[in-house]
Amino acid sequence: MSLLDNVWVVLAVKLGLAVVILFALALVVMFAELKVSAHMQHRIGPYFAGGRWGWAQVFAEALKFLQKEDLIPRDADAPVFRLAPMVSLLGTFAVIVIIPLSPVLVAGDLDVGIFYALAAGSVSTIALLMAGWSSGNKYSLIGGLRAGAQLIAYELPLVLAVVGVVIQAGTMSMVGITEAQAQPLFHIGSVGISLPYALQGQIIGFVIFMIAALAELVRIPFDMPIAESELVMGYLTEYSGIRFTMFLLGEYAGMLAMSAIASVLFLGGYHFWGLNADWFGPFVLIGKSLILVFVMIWFRWTWPRLREDQLQSLAWRWLVPLALANIAVTATLKVVL
Amino acid sequence: MTTPADRHLLAMHRSEAAVSVELQTEDMVLNIGPQHPSTHGVLRLVATVAGERVRSVQPVMGYMHRGYEKLAEVRTYAQITALVNRIDWVSGFANEIPFIVAAERLMGVEAPERAQCIRLILTEMFRISNHLIFLCSFPAELGAPTPLMYALRERERVLDLIEGVTGGRFHPNFNRIGGVKPAAGGGSTQRTRAQDLPKGFIEGTRRAMTAVRHVCDDLENLVLGNEIVQQRTIGIGVLPADKAVEYAMSGPNLRASGVPFDLRKVEDYLPYDRFDFDVVTMPNGDNYDRCRVRLEEIRQSARIIEQAVDSLPGGPLQAKVPRVIKVPKGECYVRAENPKGEMGYHIVSGGGRRPYRVKIRSASFCNLQVLPWLLEGALIPDVIAILGSLDFVLGDVDR
Repeated sequence: MSLLDNVWVVLAVKLGLAVVILFALALVVMFAELKVSAHMQHRIGPYFAGGRWGWAQVFAEALKFLQKEDLIPRDADAPVFRLAPMVSLLGTFAVIVIIPLSPVLVAGDLDVGIFYALAAGSVSTIALLMAGWSSGNKYSLIGGLRAGAQLIAYELPLVLAVVGVVIQAGTMSMVGITEAQAQPLFHIGSVGISLPYALQGQIIGFVIFMIAALAELVRIPFDMPIAESELVMGYLTEYSGIRFTMFLLGEYAGMLAMSAIASVLFLGGYHFWGLNADWFGPFVLIGKSLILVFVMIWFRWTWPRLREDQLQSLAWRWLVPLALANIAVTATLKVVL
Repeated sequence: MTTPADRHLLAMHRSEAAVSVELQTEDMVLNIGPQHPSTHGVLRLVATVAGERVRSVQPVMGYMHRGYEKLAEVRTYAQITALVNRIDWVSGFANEIPFIVAAERLMGVEAPERAQCIRLILTEMFRISNHLIFLCSFPAELGAPTPLMYALRERERVLDLIEGVTGGRFHPNFNRIGGVKPAAGGGSTQRTRAQDLPKGFIEGTRRAMTAVRHVCDDLENLVLGNEIVQQRTIGIGVLPADKAVEYAMSGPNLRASGVPFDLRKVEDYLPYDRFDFDVVTMPNGDNYDRCRVRLEEIRQSARIIEQAVDSLPGGPLQAKVPRVIKVPKGECYVRAENPKGEMGYHIVSGGGRRPYRVKIRSASFCNLQVLPWLLEGALIPDVIAILGSLDFVLGDVDR
């Protein structure tokens, strides 16, 4: 009892749980990408490792990466080069602590939750810039600079898309936003019907958020900083072994984190009609996140990549004005209603 | 994105940079290749880039030079067909045709009708196979890996048919002076219609052509109809008709610029005049049109093949030729419509079993001449897209 009263012990347990859950789910997402892409491409995908469905393939691949030599190019800026993958993971893990799995199951329910999440999430981009700059490779440099340019383009729509939700909920706390969506909006008979924000008029914000999230995650159709066919993996070119794995894990964990944030903001978080949030909350939230992750994988394997300048024009000419209009309409309705 | 307006912009930047020396930044020299996933082998582009914009490009070739012209001088004519297969390895059989026809013309023999028709069918099958490879690799260069699987799946049917006839999938080595090789399993006594094509070939071909048409429709809707693909290709890498002619472009790249020039209609190296097909041209000469031309050509090739299997003449496969093939003294140049463009062989014979000199005019090499002009002022992603749209094979460039 006395142990659980100590705030540091509780914090450590919470953080440990968040990290473990995130890693486990990241492996699930990696496996999903292998299998989903295979079926989209008329293949079977992993089949042998581990027996049924080749479920052990991700573990095999992780182990394979771990035993590779940790190469650092001669021309690389070694300290920065070593640090970059850790910074990349840091951004993702910093985000994950504020995501509420149920009303009580949250590592840290900050009053400025979503603001913190967006700020911490942007740290990953610094990692990409660091990696690109320190690799001592022209392709990596171009990749890193593209990542930097991309940050400026998508960060604004990402934040503006969230503002609508914040106005509607009247709070920036993640739990607060979730609970606001659970309030009955209208009644059919005596049954109160609640709707997630995506169905309460924030659908535009949701779409903008997802597009910007794809850009933040550097996934097709916005994977210009990686661009295998042009820049030969961009800032990842010189990485090998465990540092490459960290970037890879960061990508998949990042997909989950962004999907979880989107689920909380727009899809009602851990609430689902007729399910007790205290007990089913974690499953509901993870289920919603995995659906969004599937959508991301789906895009990745069916679309080609845009050009950097096309992303800029998409962001500045369409997403930013749309998001601003969304804010204006939401704010007006909030005052009028 | 090398429109005239861009070129103007580029010239303006240059003059501005020359005036304000203190604002001038150093251009970066970027080596694209020889080891790069999108250069189709070992092409090297030395690009001078300012940011992402390419100021100038210098292609460096020859990393895969195998000396085919010299090798041909020390081999007999029958051996050379095996050699020339490997020049453009994606369309092996189509490389044999102009060489074998040139040798036949020097000897004064002509292959029997049936052999010519089989040659024609196989050439068109290789054209389909080549264009399907293009349609799978080009989206991959734009970042979409999935069309690859679907295009290659249908190509497999075509390759199976080719394998059934020739015994080889990539390098059939099926032509003989004065005819084609008797099909596998028959032995040298095979002279009749019943034995030369494998059982079920004609029905199999019809089924495969239906499947190929089907995948063409799919690719047209899902790849060429995709918004992002259109944004990445329409108006990018525009090659006007006059420039295309100036730079000696040929094949689909030339026709995409709106020049209706097809050697299948112009020359008579195979009996194409018997069949009904269109020369596909497109008006704009950009990446999208180069894609589209190839897609339509697959359909036209399927049309030709269907007509050819319907009206396949009977008769022998081999004209009468001496046991030891000696080509009389003389010169001959025969060019043919390779899937990638104009392919020609100039044979100079000194009158022996081996040619004195063979000059190979390959399509990809001549098509790449336009690169420095076409890539000037393009962005790096567009450089890759334009390269991909030209559809070259390094074996065909370096020989």
